[in-house]
Amino acid sequence: MRALDRKLFRDLSQMKGQALAIALVVASGIAMFVLALSAQHSLKRTLDAYYERYRFAHVFTQLKRAPRSLEGRLAEIPGVASVQTRVVFDVNLDVPDYAEPAIGHLISVPERGEPRLNNYHLRSGRAVEPGRDGEVLVSEAFAEAHGLVSGDSLVAILNGRRKKLEIVGIALSPEYIYQIGPGDIFPDNRRFGVFWMGLKPMEAAFDMDGAFNNITLSLMPGANVDEVLRRLDNLTEPYGGQGAFGRRDHVSHTFISDEIRQLGTMAMIVPTIFLAVAAFLLNVVLTRLISTQREQIAAIKAFGYTHLEVGLHYVKLVLLIVFVGSLLGTALGAWMGQNLTQMYGTFYRFPVLNYDLQARVVVLAVFVGAAAAVAGTLVAVRRAVILPPAEAMRPEPPASYRPTVIERLGLQQFLAQPARMILRHLERQPIKSLLSSTGIAMSVAILIVGRFSADSLGYILDAQFNIAQRQDITVTYVEPRSASATYATTHLPGVLRAERFRAVPVRLRNGHRDRRLGLMGLEPEPELMRPMDEQLQPVELPPDGLMLSEKLAEVLDVEPGEKLVVEALEGSRPVRDVPVAGVFSEFLGMSAYMNIHALNSVMREGPTVSGAFLSADENHLKTLYAQLKETPQVAGVSLKNAAIRSFQETVAENMLRMQAFNVFFAVVIAFGVVYNSARIALSERSRELATLRVVGMTRAEISFILLGELAVLTAIAIPLGLLLGYGLVVLVSSTLDTELYRIPVVVSPPTYAFAAAVVIIAAFLSGLVVRRRLDHLDLVAVLKTRE
Amino acid sequence: MGEVDVHALRGVDLDLFESEFVVLLGPSGSGKSTLLNILGGLDVPSSGVVTYRETDLTASDDRQLTRYRRHHVGFVFQFYNLIPSLTARENVALVTEVSPNPMPPEEALRLVGLEHRMDHFPAQLSGGEQQRVAIARAVSKQPDVLLCDEPTGALDYSTGVVVLEVIQRVNRELGTTTAVITHNAAISAMADRVVSLSDGVIASVHHNEQKVSPRELEW
Repeated sequence: MRALDRKLFRDLSQMKGQALAIALVVASGIAMFVLALSAQHSLKRTLDAYYERYRFAHVFTQLKRAPRSLEGRLAEIPGVASVQTRVVFDVNLDVPDYAEPAIGHLISVPERGEPRLNNYHLRSGRAVEPGRDGEVLVSEAFAEAHGLVSGDSLVAILNGRRKKLEIVGIALSPEYIYQIGPGDIFPDNRRFGVFWMGLKPMEAAFDMDGAFNNITLSLMPGANVDEVLRRLDNLTEPYGGQGAFGRRDHVSHTFISDEIRQLGTMAMIVPTIFLAVAAFLLNVVLTRLISTQREQIAAIKAFGYTHLEVGLHYVKLVLLIVFVGSLLGTALGAWMGQNLTQMYGTFYRFPVLNYDLQARVVVLAVFVGAAAAVAGTLVAVRRAVILPPAEAMRPEPPASYRPTVIERLGLQQFLAQPARMILRHLERQPIKSLLSSTGIAMSVAILIVGRFSADSLGYILDAQFNIAQRQDITVTYVEPRSASATYATTHLPGVLRAERFRAVPVRLRNGHRDRRLGLMGLEPEPELMRPMDEQLQPVELPPDGLMLSEKLAEVLDVEPGEKLVVEALEGSRPVRDVPVAGVFSEFLGMSAYMNIHALNSVMREGPTVSGAFLSADENHLKTLYAQLKETPQVAGVSLKNAAIRSFQETVAENMLRMQAFNVFFAVVIAFGVVYNSARIALSERSRELATLRVVGMTRAEISFILLGELAVLTAIAIPLGLLLGYGLVVLVSSTLDTELYRIPVVVSPPTYAFAAAVVIIAAFLSGLVVRRRLDHLDLVAVLKTRE
Repeated sequence: MGEVDVHALRGVDLDLFESEFVVLLGPSGSGKSTLLNILGGLDVPSSGVVTYRETDLTASDDRQLTRYRRHHVGFVFQFYNLIPSLTARENVALVTEVSPNPMPPEEALRLVGLEHRMDHFPAQLSGGEQQRVAIARAVSKQPDVLLCDEPTGALDYSTGVVVLEVIQRVNRELGTTTAVITHNAAISAMADRVVSLSDGVIASVHHNEQKVSPRELEW
């Protein structure tokens, strides 16, 4: 090994504590980078392969009933590659040992051969056999939630008749990677399951002989999706078509696509913070190193080493630290990526979800880390490069100090001599002090961002379920029915309050912008289901006009007072211009509300309802469930408590895990910054401090001078970090603003306190480490060294 | 106070001949360090010409000066300027690795009588030993010119004598042109020629008819 490289390794081992701290900061940034990119790649690759292999459709639509003869005309739509028509119905289930109602989504499969589109993946068991009535495949998520296996059976209410379904296999489908029930906010695998049943028994059970009520299409490459949707709607309109939609509006697909997109954002934001901090730390450490090695640099240059060789020597040092960090980070990122992918496996159902760390990601990570570090240290290295050897022979002139602002204001009588030393030292290098504080502040900010998701979720749950949706049960009828014929459900024993609603599948259109959704008609002055404003105050429902959620208004680009085209996709399918009366706040999904009477009149129908919201007496819940399950006209029942419970079970664990990662990373940053600041301060001032010890100051007194500086830096950092954290939360919240959900900017006081406390503890511990070095300060040696 | 131009040297006219041992003598502030820096290609004069063999150093750019130092000049500094993180042998190797015609580091260290201390770090060596490592480092490349800046300035008498003996031996055995700057007039007795500097100008040049060995010097 060359002597200069030997020097490099010895220098590095001299500063191993600092080098390690920086390497860890780099490792954290690289880990997040590798985690996000590799998880994104794994998810995307798996998704694409799954879609392709199991022929996930491009276009979907539900209708009332169409004759099989329509299929030929569907295939003739330009751009359509293949057509799969199906019979699809939602039914109430009676699962053994499960009191609450559950919904089964029944999909027909061809008697022979695989479905042309949206084929299922058989996890275990066998396919349904032709002519065998009552055989079904059940989705894996539902089967796992209930412990169902092939050979088990359950009861479903098919078209008002109880029917025993025998499970012959467990399956998955690209259509239900993210399995969420109709009208549900969160997935609840116990209460919603997908079932595949032979076409013949489905036709028989639902009186659909020679007919279908669901169409899926795949398109040729380059096909015009909007045009296909338009033509499909025209074709299905006479048969009660509810409006076709593409993958863009497919719930499972959008959830996963959003996740993939967010991983991309995550790969940008978080590593940028870490690498910026690492670059700053490297800059500080290298600047210091180069100034202590002035004379060595001069000697090396005097022997004839070139400026470039000297510059490269220091760049190598930086690259070595970063390389170790990158290696560590890649390993950590790969481990976390595996973890995250595993976690995805519980949310998203794939036949196989393999974690795949691409070499490209690793190379990119190492490159990004090195680039950040070199960029951060270029100025310091330049100083070593341009240092004229003759000048460098002479020691650096003594640092120039001046009275601080506080002293110039005449406040010095309040400051003891050591305090003045601290302040003058900080003020002499204001930029460095500021950057140190900013670095520490970053760790406060990262902690806040890490915990804010829990805060805002708590807020969302509270807003959604205690203010906006206060019903315990939502009952949906098989068919819209006359308001007068709802007595049987709204007056069951245990029902405290009932509010009927009308839900109509509509397309809202403003010029070329449109969205398909269920328009909700609510009773005037609703108590159970009520839109709210940003301050979580209920918004009054106007007698006429549409109330849109803010996101929907934004997507459709309308403001209150303007008009929207409402195309009903049910009944006589009226198309009407309806003014927007107002907007309201909503965190999940996008909705539109109207007064139920106004909606009835838009639909040109008498008092008609689609279902009812019920609040119920807890003591009667069990009998209420049982009765609702037995009621033939009730198609679906969704339960608020069940939704919250299942959500919390799945999400809480994952949040804790992410939070643990965040705390670890924040501590790494806090420790890295504080420890490095302390070590640099110690190196810069060991002579001065030793002198003070020699003239009689105690260890505690000199510790105060050195650590007091860190305390001041930390004290400035904390409020700064709280602000920065809030800013980051706003940024994160705006990148997570999608049509599926919005994350409100909510940071609870305990989160601020937690962030501040973690950083104070980390600073305190780093102070202790440096303090130990101070205790071992070799007075004689320090005074002998020439600086 | 505004900027003031200070000329460390004025109108210096000096030739150094091959294999010659020259002592540049002068009190501090006389400009001798500046002269040495210019001779060693560390600095260029604001006016005037410095020629090494056929090369005009004053017309050389930074790269050419670096080449000059790398191939032809050996430096010994007053404060040794050893790299503290490298052993004696490695400090020498640092130079031999970039020289076209070096001697092995071990041989250079043997020349200064440190063959038994080769794997010691600077902190484990005495001042005299450190200076001898610095001399070994300077001569290991077999330079054409050896420039020593107050080589005994930080040493006691007996250690200083040992260091001077080493320098003399190198001059004699390798034929290296040697320039030693010092404020110590006693040292001038061992030189072929003594150039006295005062206030940036050459005050006198003196040829020694009889060179004295370092052992006989006294200060």
